[in-house]
Amino acid sequence: MDYSIFGLLKNALTGNRLWAPVWRDPAPKQRYDTLIVGGGGHGLATAYYLAKEHGITDVAVLEKGYIGSGNVGRNTTIIRSNYLLPANTHFYEKSLQLWEGLEQDLNYNAMVSQRGVLNLFHSDAQRDAYARRGNAMRLAGVDADLLDAVTVRAMVPGIEMQDARFPVKGGLLQQRGGTVRHDAVAWGYARAADRRGADILQNTEVTGIRVEAGRVLGVETTRGFIGARRIGLAAAGHSSRVAAMAGLRLPIESHVLQAFVSEAVKPLLDTVVTFGAGHFYVSQSDKGGLVFGGDIDGYNSYAQRGSLPVVEEVMECAVTLFPAFSRLRYLRQWGGVMDMSMDGSPIIDRTPVEGLFLNCGWCYGGFKATPASGWCFAHTIATGQPHPLNAAFRLDRFATGAVLDEKGAGARPNLH
Amino acid sequence: MRINCPFCGTRGNEEFTVLGAADPVRPDADAPVPDWVAYAHARENPRGPHRDLWQHQHGCRAWLVVERDTLTHAVIAVRPARDA
Repeated sequence: MDYSIFGLLKNALTGNRLWAPVWRDPAPKQRYDTLIVGGGGHGLATAYYLAKEHGITDVAVLEKGYIGSGNVGRNTTIIRSNYLLPANTHFYEKSLQLWEGLEQDLNYNAMVSQRGVLNLFHSDAQRDAYARRGNAMRLAGVDADLLDAVTVRAMVPGIEMQDARFPVKGGLLQQRGGTVRHDAVAWGYARAADRRGADILQNTEVTGIRVEAGRVLGVETTRGFIGARRIGLAAAGHSSRVAAMAGLRLPIESHVLQAFVSEAVKPLLDTVVTFGAGHFYVSQSDKGGLVFGGDIDGYNSYAQRGSLPVVEEVMECAVTLFPAFSRLRYLRQWGGVMDMSMDGSPIIDRTPVEGLFLNCGWCYGGFKATPASGWCFAHTIATGQPHPLNAAFRLDRFATGAVLDEKGAGARPNLH
Repeated sequence: MRINCPFCGTRGNEEFTVLGAADPVRPDADAPVPDWVAYAHARENPRGPHRDLWQHQHGCRAWLVVERDTLTHAVIAVRPARDA
């Protein structure tokens, strides 16, 4: 059933007792045409676009936990397409365009809010770098505005502009960037994929991938063997472990990234702000909590929790940039496991195993990529060929040298 | 997370910097390209015990091989890198 104002009224007047589950809980079939391993945002989006764009509906999404339990519900909800390298710019712009039409497409309120993403700069050299990035974006048809300090001050009154060490000289604004309610993205894609025929199998952990004569036959799961002609891996921080089941060794390290939310306060920040002199980004949720995060902890981890030095560093950045935050208490803190690739860019590609496809390496930028990742991965699986938008996200680029190192940091995941 | 430096004693991990996996072995200069690709980019990335290289940057500056559990953050063993 589509959501509408009439449906909402009917359910409100009947005490919200008549809502039905929005996706089925089917028993696994013995065989599917296509399996997606990982029921996060990317996996669910892939299942949806396989059905919508390519008419492939004999699909199951295998999720170890429950829908929304992984990174799709653990990020800081920011969307943007302010990248420098052409391959990244075009891909993330496609993603932003899909975000813009997402709610109508899915008939689901994901609270897409294009409240702007403002990257602050603190020195003349950084201004030059941001101007270059803004110019690269505009050449690719993406919106970008270089703001001076006076404009930044008027736009975000809470910022400490005259900090002795890191004065704010201006910012690069992408007005079309913003935030999306992340749980609703998982639920919206799950419901939409289910409505088009995909089976969403929760609490179904993949324990092995059966490969014979170089091609996939299916997966072993905690609910038995499931056969398939094609398998797409979208397991985020656990990509290395899943790919190892098919004998692949990936250019990926798993790292922990923490995020934080403060107690709810009245509206004080109506955009997304990033600090240019440290790794810190903040926005205010519609509930009033300040949602913020910083850098990865820097060491290999599958723990879904980080350590205190990074907490301290993020808080220091927060009160440096917004002194008023020092009077807030923080409410919750959590961690997610990131699939950090060796060049900081993702992989959406075929693999040396026939019928096995790979979607990983999202580092800590996977949430904003969700729609385009699913869209491109569906194309790659359905046609057997990468789409031009993900043609650069190849698995073999680490051997050919065509790496996509947005930061120029080299093969060090903890520097990206 | 606290790391037991063999020279300085147990310290918080903010005193250390981390380089990454300790086990990849640098190939010979004339080794074939796939060996170099594997050394520079491919990682085991285990969920469980893992050996990585840390430097006690804000202490004695020694390079250490720290064996840790990546699932629990328990530090299992710390050795000077030259002995590990």
